[in-house]
Amino acid sequence: MTQDNDHASREERGESKTGGLKLPYYPGCTLKTTARNLEDSALAVADALGIELVELPRWNCCGVVASLTDDDLMRHMGPVRNFIRVQEMNSTGLVEDELRLVALCSMCFNTLKQTNKRMHERPKDLKSINDLMYREEDYRGEVEVVHFLEILREIEPERIAGLVSDPLEGLKVAPYYGCTLLRPKGIGIDDPERPTAQDDLIRLLGATVVDNPRKTVCCGSYQTDDNKDAVANLAYDILTHARAAGADVVTTFCPLCAFNLDNRQRVVMERHPDFEPMPVLYLTQLMALAFGFGEEACRFDLNYTDPREVLEASRLVREGS
Amino acid sequence: MSTQTDMMERISRSTRSLTTGVDTNDVKNWVTIHIMGRAYEVPADLTIMTAMEFAGYKLIRSCGCRQGFCGACATVFRREGEYKLETALACQTRVEDGMSLVQIPFVPAGAASYDVAEERYAFSVFSKYYPEVDRCVSCNTCTKACPQDLEVMDYIQAAIRGDFEALTEGSFDCIQCGLCALRCPAEIAQYHVGQLGRRMYGRHGSPEPDHLRTRLEEIERGDFEDALNELVGASQEKLTKLYAARERESD
Repeated sequence: MTQDNDHASREERGESKTGGLKLPYYPGCTLKTTARNLEDSALAVADALGIELVELPRWNCCGVVASLTDDDLMRHMGPVRNFIRVQEMNSTGLVEDELRLVALCSMCFNTLKQTNKRMHERPKDLKSINDLMYREEDYRGEVEVVHFLEILREIEPERIAGLVSDPLEGLKVAPYYGCTLLRPKGIGIDDPERPTAQDDLIRLLGATVVDNPRKTVCCGSYQTDDNKDAVANLAYDILTHARAAGADVVTTFCPLCAFNLDNRQRVVMERHPDFEPMPVLYLTQLMALAFGFGEEACRFDLNYTDPREVLEASRLVREGS
Repeated sequence: MSTQTDMMERISRSTRSLTTGVDTNDVKNWVTIHIMGRAYEVPADLTIMTAMEFAGYKLIRSCGCRQGFCGACATVFRREGEYKLETALACQTRVEDGMSLVQIPFVPAGAASYDVAEERYAFSVFSKYYPEVDRCVSCNTCTKACPQDLEVMDYIQAAIRGDFEALTEGSFDCIQCGLCALRCPAEIAQYHVGQLGRRMYGRHGSPEPDHLRTRLEEIERGDFEDALNELVGASQEKLTKLYAARERESD
């Protein structure tokens, strides 16, 4: 089913296209470069659900890794500057009375939220940053950083299920959570030991959830820069456990986890000849597939381990699409 | 239009200190500025550049077009009693009483060597030649330093996410003075990053303009051979006459 048909069918069902939800959206650098498959699929899914994600004007780097040192305030300027953009979006009418900032990349989400928490808890730090950024309006501390997954969880499950035109029946999915959606306490959006946020959505798509005991184990994070072997060993461990649990594919929301679990499979195969490649997808790619969107939204072409063969075998993707 | 003598006089005038030949008795308003720590009384209506010359400095560096275009005369200064360090072009900024200043003749920031035709048109070109870009903490100090009022931080952020078009738009009026690089706590050489990005966009991103293609065809066809040969063979007298009578913008 094409995107247009889907819109038509939704209108036939008498549903409003825009659920009225118009949210400031923070993309982050990776979504504009190596993780376009996350952005393209998520924006298509959001649109189908009547959620308008309005990209922050003049956004800058999220800060990449939250600085935990006490006196390194400069690292928090980037995140705070993005919060000021959310204030500006409200004052210029790009969004209406909406101070939630939605992130798709879970690393950006984590970094932004950690800075925001610190600004709430330590008003002196906020004042120092505001003083240093004297050419900007002050950050008033009112922005709330949320992950797209939280927005999805607010939607009635029936609405999501109602958009599934091509149920992913027979597909066994092992959700991978990693760290940034779950830790630390006060930042994570789910139970850090037994997360379920992806599981519920996967079931709504008609797929089967398989439990991977390594779903919250670290992917190796930025060790991937100078210690490929450590990351390859972790990826091998995580993915072979998923395989043993019966998974056809693994899903994530984090471009760094995706890089370490997907792109590093080349190194995994060099080190572990017994390894069988495993597609690693953004959950939104599976949602786009189940919603009947084509390749322009699913963007399977951008995954390192091509998932199309597995999906075709499950008769979920027609050959040549 | 003027005669050749008028022209030469105008050129000479434009490169002369404004106060040359001015009777200091005619100057009503004076200010005190501190050049490299030493106080000088200078006429209040001078630019930093002309004030330095008035004070007796002969500028052989930190001085170029005197029109705010070339970026050679980077200056850092503090106003009296202020804690903020300011930046400016000496030829475009008037002296103020109590100002303390120094000229920056050169900013040491190595420019990378590359062939844009050989490079992949992707964000990775920046981390390949200027990996410091990824150290940007979005503090905006570069933007505050820019005498051209460019949104320097925004174009560095555009580089990080591989948006060559936004980078080109944002850095187009850069005059390479280097003040951004001098102030950056992450030690990024923003102006070199901007230049790399503009070159990449020019080579790989921007659409080929029709007028350029047409002109290249004309050159290939030899349309300008005769005119060029005429100039090459012309006498100095004829060349001088042609130069004086050339089409030019008014001052």
